[in-house]
Amino acid sequence: MKRPFKTRVRTLKIDGIDVGAREDETILELAQENGIFIPTLCHLEGVHDIGACRLCLVEIKGTSKLLPACMTYAEEGMEVITDSERLTAYRRQVLDLLFSERNHVCAVCVSNGHCELQWLAEKLGISHVGVPYLYPQLPVDASHSFYTLDHNRCVLCARCVRVCDEIEGAHTWDVTGRGVECRVISDLNQPWGTADSCTRCGKCVQVCPTGALFSKGKAVAEMTKRREFLPYLQQMREGRR
Amino acid sequence: MYERLEEITLAEQESTARFSHTVNVCMAAGCMSSRSDAIKDALTKEVEANGLERWCRVRGVGCMGLCAHGPLVSVDTDQSAETLYQYVTPDDAPAIVGALEGPPVERLHCPTNVPFFQRQKKIVLENSGRIDPERVEEYIAADGYTALIKAITEMSPAEVIDEIIASGLRGRGGGGYPTGLKWTTVAKSEGDTKYVICNADEGDPGAFMDRSVLESDPHRILEGMAIAGYAIGAGQGYIYVRGEYPLAVARLKTAIRQARRVNMLGSGIAGTQFAFHVDIRLGAGAFVCGEETALIASIEGKRGQPRPRPPYPAEYGLWGQPTLINNVETLANVAPIIRNGGDWYASLGTAKSKGTKVFALAGSINNTGLIEVPMGTPLREIIYEIGGGVSGGGQCKAIQTGGPSGGCIPAEFLDTPVDYESLAALGSIMGSGGMIVMDESASMVDVARYFMEFCMTESCGRCVPCRVGTVHMHNLLDKFSHHEAAPRDLVLLEKLCDMVRNTSLCGLGQTAPNPVLSTLRYFRHEYIAAITEEAADLYAITPAPPTSRNGATQHAPAQEVAS
Repeated sequence: MKRPFKTRVRTLKIDGIDVGAREDETILELAQENGIFIPTLCHLEGVHDIGACRLCLVEIKGTSKLLPACMTYAEEGMEVITDSERLTAYRRQVLDLLFSERNHVCAVCVSNGHCELQWLAEKLGISHVGVPYLYPQLPVDASHSFYTLDHNRCVLCARCVRVCDEIEGAHTWDVTGRGVECRVISDLNQPWGTADSCTRCGKCVQVCPTGALFSKGKAVAEMTKRREFLPYLQQMREGRR
Repeated sequence: MYERLEEITLAEQESTARFSHTVNVCMAAGCMSSRSDAIKDALTKEVEANGLERWCRVRGVGCMGLCAHGPLVSVDTDQSAETLYQYVTPDDAPAIVGALEGPPVERLHCPTNVPFFQRQKKIVLENSGRIDPERVEEYIAADGYTALIKAITEMSPAEVIDEIIASGLRGRGGGGYPTGLKWTTVAKSEGDTKYVICNADEGDPGAFMDRSVLESDPHRILEGMAIAGYAIGAGQGYIYVRGEYPLAVARLKTAIRQARRVNMLGSGIAGTQFAFHVDIRLGAGAFVCGEETALIASIEGKRGQPRPRPPYPAEYGLWGQPTLINNVETLANVAPIIRNGGDWYASLGTAKSKGTKVFALAGSINNTGLIEVPMGTPLREIIYEIGGGVSGGGQCKAIQTGGPSGGCIPAEFLDTPVDYESLAALGSIMGSGGMIVMDESASMVDVARYFMEFCMTESCGRCVPCRVGTVHMHNLLDKFSHHEAAPRDLVLLEKLCDMVRNTSLCGLGQTAPNPVLSTLRYFRHEYIAAITEEAADLYAITPAPPTSRNGATQHAPAQEVAS
């Protein structure tokens, strides 16, 4: 039996505000549409979500589980809380863990001042890191003629992996290893400069939230990224269709 | 429809009727690793050398359960009860063959009138150690595949599901989700193509139930999967086995080939329209691939990483199609339920946990091995009667259930009945059935650290809390274990436990703090004892810590974010 309608609409409450939604819209999209701020890091408009960074976790009345706003769809009568003491504490802890995981030394970073991780830390009022730093020994891959990959700044958001696979269609990037040993790799763990699949389009560099991927020739705080290209590119592609 | 099975059964009975004696050698992984294959060869040679092969046969069978006393050999005769031999070596073959008609060999004899053998109730393991896992004829002669034929010829898919619902069977993989409910949702999901997946990626340290079932009775799983396929409308099944179980994989492959030959798998099963195919997929050693969404990704050929649920695999599973994922032991219960009815199964166990459960006893326990008991059996009975008590004459301190997702139950709760709710109330879980017994010499901090190390190295690295949180928790537990912890470390540890539990993406991260939380709950004094005054003092007066390139102090308790 087929349903008589294609896409259903829903009404729900986000932070007490009544919101109308299509059933295929996520809490994150609805919040942004209604001017409600939810911190995100791995989310990137234009590629599929993976719910990895856990910054966008929200509370939903009736369930004790916290759900990622980027991958939770609107349900009728849902009551979403995007900001609470508990959520803020967890979000700060997530950032704590990220800062402790690798060598995020902002003062000498090419993306200082233009970094999403740094911006989030300021936004969430992080004044210090509550866990000991892990100080891993990580290499820098400068074998590519245009760009550099600095593992010390990587947060493993996998934006580069997704944009390369889904938008550019090259799938140069992937992730290897397990747990804290995970690394972003090009091709089959070859130096980026020798990766045959790389088209040198630079999309990965533009979407990288931190200074992990940057253009060569940029000094401290000089690397700014053009993130707006992705929605624009998609609009163009859809328009042509 | 049953004629074919009856034919095979009759042929099997005819061919074995001339044997008055059967020597069974355990050929499951435990005994195999103690060279039981050499024992089988030695016994076969000895029988032939004495010209006894006309009335005595030697065959390999599955796990007999008492792995601690392996290699095990049993002798069945027409006249007397089964004789079990323990700690057998190839050199014992002449003695065993010589004693076929006389009294058993005293020095090898293993008494079977003990609780280990008498207190068990075998459903999943009913054929284990009784049939040759590499011959479909023996499975059929033991009523095998009758449930499948009954389901596809006499019952509608809805009736099959009703029977499973009536049985009250719950997922044996650890979660305890009602199996009938899962089947209903997959059956109701829209889609022409559906899949059945058997989760055989058993990875908990100290658990070996699924391996044993696969090695001892592989056809039972195939039959369960085919019945599930019929009930939900699937034509394809996958068995996801971890690569570390080569014997189980080999036996499954043989079983699939044989099942196709007797037309119990493939197209037009038993002359009906129903078609069901089964393929094997091997895991490559990742614990997280036991998580259903990671398992699906792995079968699809992707990196084995979980994704948030919902949507659940029942709706959006393998290649986006509705998928039923059940654990080995769950599927092993299906055929007996269809054969004997759901009410029969529901008559066993407790109000909310029906049937039986297989446990792998390990650690400081005399009878290491595999047992199956009705749900609700008290822990004390399992440990002290069936398990034969703590080895080395020690006292039981705690029992770890549920592997890295579970917890430690202290000895004072030994009278707890083992069911899903009672274990959850104690801060542990049923899990897949691993039961590790620890005596007083075990340090609970070390136990927690061991499991945290396991979770840390098995984390897939996708979500931040599990990837980094487990590392910090492990480092903190390391400090406790070396008696170098400061009071603030305990605070931080508890904070991290709470955070990782509530914010991780999948079950691995969400349950990773459980061993810590449960040991903190019952053995907090061991953590407190690990806090040293010196460490506390040292912390307060840390002399000039190393500075980083940007000059920020790195080891001070409150670390500035460099900016």
